[in-house]
Amino acid sequence: MTANPNTVAALAQRAWRIRRFALRMGEVQGQGYIGQALGWADVLAVAYGHALNLRPAEPEWEGRDRFLLSHGHYAIAHYAALIEAGIIPESELDTYGSDDSRLPMSGMATYTPGMEISGGSLGQGLAIGVGIALGLKHKKNPAFVYNSMSDGELDEGSTWEAAMGASHHGLGNLICLVDINNQQADGPSGKVLGFEPLADKWAAFGWHVQRVDGNDLSAVLKAFDAARQLREPKPRVILFDTLMGKGVPFLESREKNHFIRVDPPEWQQALAILDQSQPEGALA
Amino acid sequence: MNTTVAPKKPRLTTSAMIASIAGEDQRVKAAPFGKTLVEYAANRPEVVGLTADLAKYTDLHLFAQAYPERFFQMGMAEQLLMAAAGGMAKEGCIPFATTYAAFGTRRAFDFIHQVIAEENLNVKICCALPGLTTGYGPSHAAIEDIAMMRGVPGLTIVDPCDALDIEQAVPQIAAHPGPVYMRLLRGQVPLVLDKYDYRFELGKAKLLRDGVDVLIIASGFMTMRALESAAALADDNVSVAVLHCPTIKPLDEATIVEAVCAKPRLVVVAENHSVVGGLGEAVASALLRHRVMPAGFQLAGLPDAFLDAGALPTLHERYGISTEALATRIKGWLQ
Repeated sequence: MTANPNTVAALAQRAWRIRRFALRMGEVQGQGYIGQALGWADVLAVAYGHALNLRPAEPEWEGRDRFLLSHGHYAIAHYAALIEAGIIPESELDTYGSDDSRLPMSGMATYTPGMEISGGSLGQGLAIGVGIALGLKHKKNPAFVYNSMSDGELDEGSTWEAAMGASHHGLGNLICLVDINNQQADGPSGKVLGFEPLADKWAAFGWHVQRVDGNDLSAVLKAFDAARQLREPKPRVILFDTLMGKGVPFLESREKNHFIRVDPPEWQQALAILDQSQPEGALA
Repeated sequence: MNTTVAPKKPRLTTSAMIASIAGEDQRVKAAPFGKTLVEYAANRPEVVGLTADLAKYTDLHLFAQAYPERFFQMGMAEQLLMAAAGGMAKEGCIPFATTYAAFGTRRAFDFIHQVIAEENLNVKICCALPGLTTGYGPSHAAIEDIAMMRGVPGLTIVDPCDALDIEQAVPQIAAHPGPVYMRLLRGQVPLVLDKYDYRFELGKAKLLRDGVDVLIIASGFMTMRALESAAALADDNVSVAVLHCPTIKPLDEATIVEAVCAKPRLVVVAENHSVVGGLGEAVASALLRHRVMPAGFQLAGLPDAFLDAGALPTLHERYGISTEALATRIKGWLQ
């Protein structure tokens, strides 16, 4: 299966815009998990630009695919994707993280259209996803549930309770997306609490497993398609190896840290660098 | 009502996990929760049941047998249980999630807090072995479950007394839009309240008997013990009123204040729960805020301690929540 080059080019434009929206939100508050947002933008571009069945004007449309943001601190990335998808107006970007904004720093279902759950207490999303997937099957609703999570959440026992439950109940409508950027609060994930061999672990739990470069749009696209098209009634996980800060070289190479520090003038510098790498046809 | 009488058995002397709180010759009904839920769910396909490997021991097995397609076994995974129940509620189901109170509240607290309560999801958490209703000791006894659940915003808390309370509470908590934590008595459950002019109403406290010397405010099976103590104390010319308060949150403060103000009496709050954070402290707070000072105020709850393993009659006597111990404590407080 070869990804259509036109599709990949269009997704590159979406990913570029998602990165740009995230940087602009980071500039508003002078902070935010921008390293993760830049690293995860390609996956979000494929999710919202290709895979998810959505009606942007009806964020609660019954037939929509559910996308759960388990790692609530990725909200800055998620809002950027929701803006790109037309669910949140771009004009709200300037309210990011401000009092009474619909875009709080950590994602919450009760605040934001298109935000399905209140994540942030890490390790809950996949277990909620099991319930939503069971509920959809109970209603005979063919929608998919996507759970977006960080590699740090692999430390949580509840993630593995959910992995067992999803497999036991044959939840072929559940797709788990794991961002493996190998950074969590106290350092490299592998050193905080080693989780390899990760693909083997998920496979042993009864999941269909793919591991791909999460910043290779063509590979990401193919992985999403394979996960959706699998016939077997088993849950699917895609393990995405990503690079924090992707698209802004001085952030890519900055000493790796869970919370990348960005000094005030650097937001404009990052935007300027990103603009120089604008894919053909993308609009700022 | 179909009732049976608990067979005469020698007094338990073992620290069994599951022991009936029914006394000798006590009228009982079997599995009121499971039976009522089966009946309620008959024409309501949105009602689903989930458990964490404790269907048989929470009477949910009856629901599983009646509606296998609506029963979801989550395994011994309480975090998954609560989160999955929340997820199903998001899709329009009315999930009844069962386990033991110790595991449901202590092990899965953050999942109740964040997944279920924060989004006001329509999950009914029904937990067996509340308070001191197991002989296993602190691993299984949940003497702080109400304290933990009271701290969760928007969560309704119900502590039923007997089979009648449970039968009448199930449809009402199901119809209540929002999360509920209900303490569950399972197996052979005493039947007491049918002898009174009483109906369970979610959010309401009800006066079961009046008296001039003492007002016992009670929830759960301690209402049964309070009624028995009141009868015993009457023989000693002590007149005891009993106010049953099965909804712990939101608390029926108006009825409680009215009852306390009605006569100058010793007020005793009797609960199958630690004296920390339960009905007793909730009542005390309500009375202070309403500037009501009773003639006396005492807590007949469980001590703030890790309680012993043992047979329930032994333990209830030891910790002051048996009928006799409660009556003795009240007489002491009156002196």
